[in-house]
Amino acid sequence: MTDAPPRPRSLADLFIAFTLLALQGFGGVLPVVQREIVERRRWMTQEEFIEEWAVAQTMPGPNVCNLALVIGSRFFGLRGAAVALLGLLLVPALVVLTLGSVYSHYADQPRVAGALRGMAAVAAGMVVAMGIKLGATLRKHPLPLAVTLPLAALGIIGLAVLRLPMLAALLVLGGAGCVLTWYRLKP
Amino acid sequence: MTADLPAAPLQIVLAWHDWLDLFAHYLVISLMSVGGTIATTAEMHRYLVEQHGWLTQTQFNDSIAIAQAAPGPNVLFVALMGWNVGMNAGSYAAAAFGVIVTMVGALLPSSVLMLLAANWGHRNRELRLVRAFKQGMAPLVIAMLVSTGLILGSANGNVATDWPLYTVSAVATLLIWRTRIHLLWLLAAGALLGALGFL
Repeated sequence: MTDAPPRPRSLADLFIAFTLLALQGFGGVLPVVQREIVERRRWMTQEEFIEEWAVAQTMPGPNVCNLALVIGSRFFGLRGAAVALLGLLLVPALVVLTLGSVYSHYADQPRVAGALRGMAAVAAGMVVAMGIKLGATLRKHPLPLAVTLPLAALGIIGLAVLRLPMLAALLVLGGAGCVLTWYRLKP
Repeated sequence: MTADLPAAPLQIVLAWHDWLDLFAHYLVISLMSVGGTIATTAEMHRYLVEQHGWLTQTQFNDSIAIAQAAPGPNVLFVALMGWNVGMNAGSYAAAAFGVIVTMVGALLPSSVLMLLAANWGHRNRELRLVRAFKQGMAPLVIAMLVSTGLILGSANGNVATDWPLYTVSAVATLLIWRTRIHLLWLLAAGALLGALGFL
């Protein structure tokens, strides 16, 4: 355990990492951030990822952009935050604008529409799989699984089945999780 | 490149105060975007399509669809909308300006808030309150992820015709959960199955 935890070597390294992961993010970048930053590069642990994501999710702004800001600033301060955000947006924006410009010519092609449907189905699976993987971290949670698992299950029922507004889930279930954890943590 | 906008191309004139208004509107949207920028699409629609007529309904819908399908964060639909507003105003320069105005507007206030919160949280990370918040949110964070995936995967909601899509989603979930297969291989496989007409 003498090795320092891995970290980006330079701002350029950070920029390239975020550009590459953003370009893999069809239908959602979040699973790719988790795969690349946590599992492959090990710049963060699963627990740190969840904690930072809780903040990124509850603040205004696109969640993935918020997350990139936190990760970047953690290694290189304000410059790191700006570089991570730029990496996430710059090259993908050029791709999106190019696609937008040629899209109208191919929009009616059934093969193109089919390919998009297939990619969207895989992307949905990516997000669910990430949720399951992160669910494993609940074993190290200050609260017992008998509390955290029902909380998560209620959240899934409320959001995916009953389609309650996210703000309600944040206030009620997020709030309950925070209050219970607060009591559990030693002062 | 006017051929790119065959269906009723919109021709608008934007004065400086219009650009400022657009920028100000996105600054406000940024502060409202708890839960992500996509949560504010209804407000953008009201402003861009209904109130000002700067985008057609088709341009608005296509901007979202293309950004969802393309690589990169979904917030890039904002860039496409800004681009299309500028193209409607008549030039590539205006389009590029539209991208900058909308994206900077949509990201600046929320990013400043996020960094302030992150720095405060990091300085006070030993506080019981901060630890309780960050760790206490974990069950809900996980629930939000699983729910997002389930909602994305059930977009059409017709089991009789969509079961091949559900199967692809379920297989992708299993493979990503249990193996280290590269995500791009799975996306390519999904695209191929769809292009061949299986989905």
